[in-house]
Amino acid sequence: MSSKYDVLVIGGGNAALCAAIAARRGGASVLVLEGAPKFYRGGNTRHTRNMRCAHDAATEILTGPYTEDEFWEDLLRVTGGQTDEVLARHMIRESKDILNWIVEQGVRWQPSLGGTLSLGRTNSFFLGGGRAMLNALYLTAERLGVEVEYDAEVTDLVIEDGMFLAARLKRPIKGETEIRATSLVAAAGGFEANIEWLKQYWGEAADNFLIRGTPYNRGSILKMLLDKGVQEVGDPTQCHAVAIDARAPKFDGGIITRHDSVVFGIVVNKHAQRFYDEGEDIWPKRYAIWGRLVAAQPDQIAYIIFDPTVVTSFMPTLFPPIAGQTVAELAGKLELDPAALEKTIAEFNAAVLSGTFDHTILDDCRTEGITPPKTHWARKIETPPYLAYPVRPGITFTYLGTRVTKEARMLMADGKPSGNMFAAGEIMAGNVLGKGYAAGMGMTIGSVFGRIAGREAAKHARN
Amino acid sequence: MHGTRILDEADRLMTVCNSCRYCEGLCAVFPAMEMRRAFSDGDLNYLANLCHSCGACYVDCQFSPPHEFNVNVPQTLAIARAESYAAYAWPRALSGAFARNGLVISIVAALSMAVFILGFAALNDRSVLFGVHSGPGAFYKLMPHNAMAALFSAAFLFAILALIMSVRAFWRDIGPPIGGRADGGSIFRAIRDAGELRYLHGGGVGCYNEDDKPTDRRKLYHHLTFYGFILCFAATSVATLYHYLLAREAPYPWWDLPVVLGSLGGIGLVVGPVGLFVAKLRRAPELLDENRYGMDVGFIAMLFLTGLTGMALLVLRETAAMGPLLALHLGAVFALFVTMPYGKFVHGIYRFAALVRYAQERRTAG
Repeated sequence: MSSKYDVLVIGGGNAALCAAIAARRGGASVLVLEGAPKFYRGGNTRHTRNMRCAHDAATEILTGPYTEDEFWEDLLRVTGGQTDEVLARHMIRESKDILNWIVEQGVRWQPSLGGTLSLGRTNSFFLGGGRAMLNALYLTAERLGVEVEYDAEVTDLVIEDGMFLAARLKRPIKGETEIRATSLVAAAGGFEANIEWLKQYWGEAADNFLIRGTPYNRGSILKMLLDKGVQEVGDPTQCHAVAIDARAPKFDGGIITRHDSVVFGIVVNKHAQRFYDEGEDIWPKRYAIWGRLVAAQPDQIAYIIFDPTVVTSFMPTLFPPIAGQTVAELAGKLELDPAALEKTIAEFNAAVLSGTFDHTILDDCRTEGITPPKTHWARKIETPPYLAYPVRPGITFTYLGTRVTKEARMLMADGKPSGNMFAAGEIMAGNVLGKGYAAGMGMTIGSVFGRIAGREAAKHARN
Repeated sequence: MHGTRILDEADRLMTVCNSCRYCEGLCAVFPAMEMRRAFSDGDLNYLANLCHSCGACYVDCQFSPPHEFNVNVPQTLAIARAESYAAYAWPRALSGAFARNGLVISIVAALSMAVFILGFAALNDRSVLFGVHSGPGAFYKLMPHNAMAALFSAAFLFAILALIMSVRAFWRDIGPPIGGRADGGSIFRAIRDAGELRYLHGGGVGCYNEDDKPTDRRKLYHHLTFYGFILCFAATSVATLYHYLLAREAPYPWWDLPVVLGSLGGIGLVVGPVGLFVAKLRRAPELLDENRYGMDVGFIAMLFLTGLTGMALLVLRETAAMGPLLALHLGAVFALFVTMPYGKFVHGIYRFAALVRYAQERRTAG
């Protein structure tokens, strides 16, 4: 390993590899430092499955056009306007070219997966999933001559006057060393696996969070950058969080622990009370609100309650539902107050109006006279055995990040752009995502800003 | 739950995979899995035989070991596949032949070669066994054609019968509902899928064998082996027709159809198995069903021996080595035939049946 590189990339996921490849293709010598062991390389990318890119016409795998304006409107809606329009529109424009560029880097697309038809027009799926995508990027990077080191824990960054000088590195075998580089690309993700840090904002509730990705997403690089004068962006409590099975492992349960059955039943908290309209909108659009909703409930636990009539309406689940022949028996197994659960279900059933059930549209099956209402897909829960999934907040990634320019260049706290530091991926997602989420955007942010960061970092190194 | 530990594990994995589905574009196993929400023994044996062991789902899986979910589909299905051969074997009494398959095949092969050599020696004069014979009918100086034809027809018919009975049990177990017949379109589709090894392609990028790079060449070697075998079979069939219809006796000149087909096939049968064997040696242990090493290698060795002795016979047929070589070759072919229903050969038949079933399911699902 030579002692000085043109571009040092810290991180090993989609954003990092896109940056490394783009920088190498731009003529730079590149070193990638991945903090995780090889199997766990790539942070959250290993759990992803698709990317949202604008396109003007249907493609081999996309069923129709998804214009820049439509993408922008979706983003505006999910973030409630909490986004940087210049940056976001730039990203959306660049995303069009990413559809092809990423294929040139060896990534292969496939049509939307079974059970995800609603994304067939907007989102391109990775053949074989996120780890297959990562494998392809690593193969390409290595073929191009990018050096990659695993288990490479960066312990400190040397930054002077907004200029990156060197990274201090602790390696399991070779010990401590210092690596200098002309440019830095920070693509090391958020801090979702750092429970202590989450507790600063969430208090003890964070102990009940499950982390959907690896335990390596500790945000140490983000913290170093913010401590050394890089401008912060985003609300530290904002994150992508979904309701996942409470029986899932603490870390790295990935996609398979999620539940998409909320719209087919009701959701109650530990007091057996409903707390939100389960039928508010088509599931994929509102999928990512349930993590926060459950996080706000006592002990951060909730239960999706349904009956066998809807079981085949959603994806098969990793964990089987908990079943009871009566509502009281189910309540007993869930350690809920049987009388309270019976009352909640009876009141819900009584409020259900008849309608024509159709889960693909906002149908007319709704309740009347209860709070909160269930505004669509409301059907009585009255066929034993009564079924339930216990759910907890599953944190995917956090939005607190480093502020960047359109060139992915970090801004310092005094508002001046850094001379040679760039950021891409989750570490700067908060620039685009103030709150909320639309499926596949994390990967768009990663690939688009990764490519930009790599290109700009190489350009800086050449000059 | 299921009858065996490996089917329990396959069920666990299919439940994990069915809640993920990232691999559905890689091969036929995962789309077939998605058509089910629960898995019977027959379903799992079907999925196990649909798997071509390309390894892509292992390399692509975010939950493969060392992850605590421990998802290893290729290895689990390889073990389940091998166990399914024994489970459906006919007659039942011989299903144990799969357990120590390498040993069984070596013994059968050694015995049949020895019997041919000793038989030739016992029935013929020394001068005939080691004599130089040439021209039409040279082979039959050592063993009369009718005796040869009768013996090999019997061995071949037994193999066919045992295979039909076994695969019938398999077909019934993997559905369609009783009485379901394979339709022509599905069979044609399956012939194409099997003929081109459509699902031995890692989802398009290539297969995995020794590491996480798609550099595997098993598909090429399998093609050489399979089409080599088919060409040799065609050579024998043409020669039989020559014999009975045209009254032309072997050996035939080098340019004649049986020799051309047999030579090309023989090259495939020598090169292909060597390639497959080397790939087997290099295969990553986490993908391998180590208990079935003997079965796989036994079959590869039998094909190789058949090809090698056949080629040697062709080259040396005008010399004194012809007699012993003919005995060796006939011994190898005989052993190959009689062990066919109880060894790795059946993988092709079971996989083909699974591909027919898959084509049917696809058709029904639209």
